[in-house]
Amino acid sequence: MALIEYREALNQALSEEIERDPNVVLIGEEVAQYNGAYKVTRGLWKKYGDRRVVDTPISEAAFVGMGIGASMMGLRPVIELMFWSFATVAYDQIVNNAGQIRFMSGGLINCPIVIRGPANGGTNVGATHSHTPENWMAAIPGLKVVSPSNGYDAKGLLKTAIRDNDPVMFMENTLLYGEKCEVPQEEYLIPLGKADFKRRGKDVSLIAHGRSVLIARKAAELLAAEHDIDAEVLDLRSIRPLDEEAILETVSKTHRVVLVDESKPFCGVSAQISTLIMEKAFDELDAPVRRVCSLDAPAIYSPGVEHLQLPTPDRVIQKVREIC
Amino acid sequence: MPLINMPKLSDTMTEGTIARWKKKKGDVIESGDVLAEIETDKATMEMEAFDDGILTEIFVPEGESAAVGTRIALILGEGESAETTEISQASPSSPTLPAATAAQKQKTPAPPPAAGERVKASPLAKKLAAERGVSLSGISGTGPGGRIVARDVHASATGPAAAPSPAAPLPVPKPGAGDQRLPVSNMRKVIAERLLASKTQIPHFYLSIEVDAAALSRVRKELNVANESAGLPKLTVNDFILLAVSRAVESHPAVNASWAGDAIIQYAGVHIAVAVSVEDGLLTPVLRDAQNLNLREISARVKDLAARARDKKLKPEEFQGGTITVSNLGAFGVGQFYAILNPPQAVILAIGAIVKKPVVNAAGEVVVGERMSIGLSGDHRVVDGAVAAQFLAALRRLLENPALLLF
Repeated sequence: MALIEYREALNQALSEEIERDPNVVLIGEEVAQYNGAYKVTRGLWKKYGDRRVVDTPISEAAFVGMGIGASMMGLRPVIELMFWSFATVAYDQIVNNAGQIRFMSGGLINCPIVIRGPANGGTNVGATHSHTPENWMAAIPGLKVVSPSNGYDAKGLLKTAIRDNDPVMFMENTLLYGEKCEVPQEEYLIPLGKADFKRRGKDVSLIAHGRSVLIARKAAELLAAEHDIDAEVLDLRSIRPLDEEAILETVSKTHRVVLVDESKPFCGVSAQISTLIMEKAFDELDAPVRRVCSLDAPAIYSPGVEHLQLPTPDRVIQKVREIC
Repeated sequence: MPLINMPKLSDTMTEGTIARWKKKKGDVIESGDVLAEIETDKATMEMEAFDDGILTEIFVPEGESAAVGTRIALILGEGESAETTEISQASPSSPTLPAATAAQKQKTPAPPPAAGERVKASPLAKKLAAERGVSLSGISGTGPGGRIVARDVHASATGPAAAPSPAAPLPVPKPGAGDQRLPVSNMRKVIAERLLASKTQIPHFYLSIEVDAAALSRVRKELNVANESAGLPKLTVNDFILLAVSRAVESHPAVNASWAGDAIIQYAGVHIAVAVSVEDGLLTPVLRDAQNLNLREISARVKDLAARARDKKLKPEEFQGGTITVSNLGAFGVGQFYAILNPPQAVILAIGAIVKKPVVNAAGEVVVGERMSIGLSGDHRVVDGAVAAQFLAALRRLLENPALLLF
């Protein structure tokens, strides 16, 4: 297996799906001639040409809407958002058109679109570019939300997302694009709604998605080395559908949970999981559920303190030690 | 040259009151000396010195409170001055985050909650306790804030004094149509918890002895005739039994005892707990120092205690501190029975009714006799069968020869 970057794993997924299905088309700002703002689509325009990789003007509402219309007509567009923060411009298209059309048409019209791009803070780009909108999207019945933490998962999940007949919001992370991991060259798929245990442990469950999985894994290493606490790390991979079974499994095993979630705590993904645990595994809890989220404020611009707003291994360790 | 800070003496303590300074300014202090008595939210505790020196300054006078971690006194060692100490004081004495976390890591168990106090336990701990039939009220919590967590339930179930956990949970009854679901009163809850703990954690053994009660009946009849004409209340059979028990216990102190883990406590006084049936349960008011009471005193006190028990007017000290229990179901016609021990006591007596039955007398003839059965349940950790048997034999001798009770 080759050791490749997260962005390259995404690139392989896109390339394989373009070759496999003539209906797959990439659309977005600078995805073609410029190779993508974060070089995820590098080389694809050159290889597959204008009909498969399409540059657009700076108008998210227009090109997301175009993609949704195209998907209703049978194409499988993959729309790149330079930042997921810009999805607000296209929110009506995503929520009311992509999200509702299958239900509103009585199942006659599908919307097999993927909207992808980075959704993270921590890069000193300010509050309007640093949103983590997993929860804004996952709150809408009809939308699926995926957030892979590493290149292997990213490739398998993106291929599945492209083949899915419902709109899938695919949330990446600019801080992960350069992270390397072993990714098979050949084809493989990872189902949506299937969480993955990144580390097995018995004392406490750290449940995370996206880059927070890395924070949780780092915290787990330190907890084992310095505090003799054996943490289990569950990577959700997909927020909706949510792998409730895996969550309940790990809660029933360790009886203690710390949720690590870069999205904001108020009505956040972690709030939803916490409720799920309360509703379905209350009697398994030996301690209250704790959360490590981004601090509940607009993203801090100053680089000196911005990293403190996001979950850190130290904050995870602190929460774990409160309940272990 | 330590500054003495207000120590954190309980997990929930945020401030303490200096109940008393045991040393005064200028006193020479040796490590281990008790400096002060500190009153916390839970108890008054002694605070020891950990260093030698002179008690140079007292910052918090008697009767005043201080937050945990704030300075309350200064002890200077040889060659130290207050100045050097002031510098060291610049480092914050209020608990910092790591210190607080470290303190939590020690997991000082909170004492078990008192009766009626809300039990703080995790959902898992509650589930485990229910499955094992363990009462949470006797368990010390080691979780944050003294919460009882799963490991505490495990520890209590595997502890040396605890009973092995039952293999399977008991079936939960399902009321059908017409069945009533009666909410459990606090008294019933306490009875349930204490007797479950007693029956599952104490190794009970049982003895019984039959007493020839003819003489006792005769004496009682004679005394009651006299009492009636004197306008005095009647004596009950139980009055005689309590008198005899107090005297028999006095000569057999081994049965007047409790198991204390690494020791057996043998009590100086004979404090007889008398089981009294009340609405929705039973109480055991205590006849204190029964060894010093005569028949008339016993009769009067028991009557008073029983009446106030039925009215729920007993003070706590009147139903606490019993050293042996007597339960008498004779009035209901019960011939013989055994009772569950009333912890921490080592013996409980179960008195049956006096019944007429054919007996073989000394001459080998079958005649009509008056017999009474006494059952004894004992804690085998404290009392062995032979010891309990000797006690029962002494008790029988007194009851069969009431004249001996005159001494």
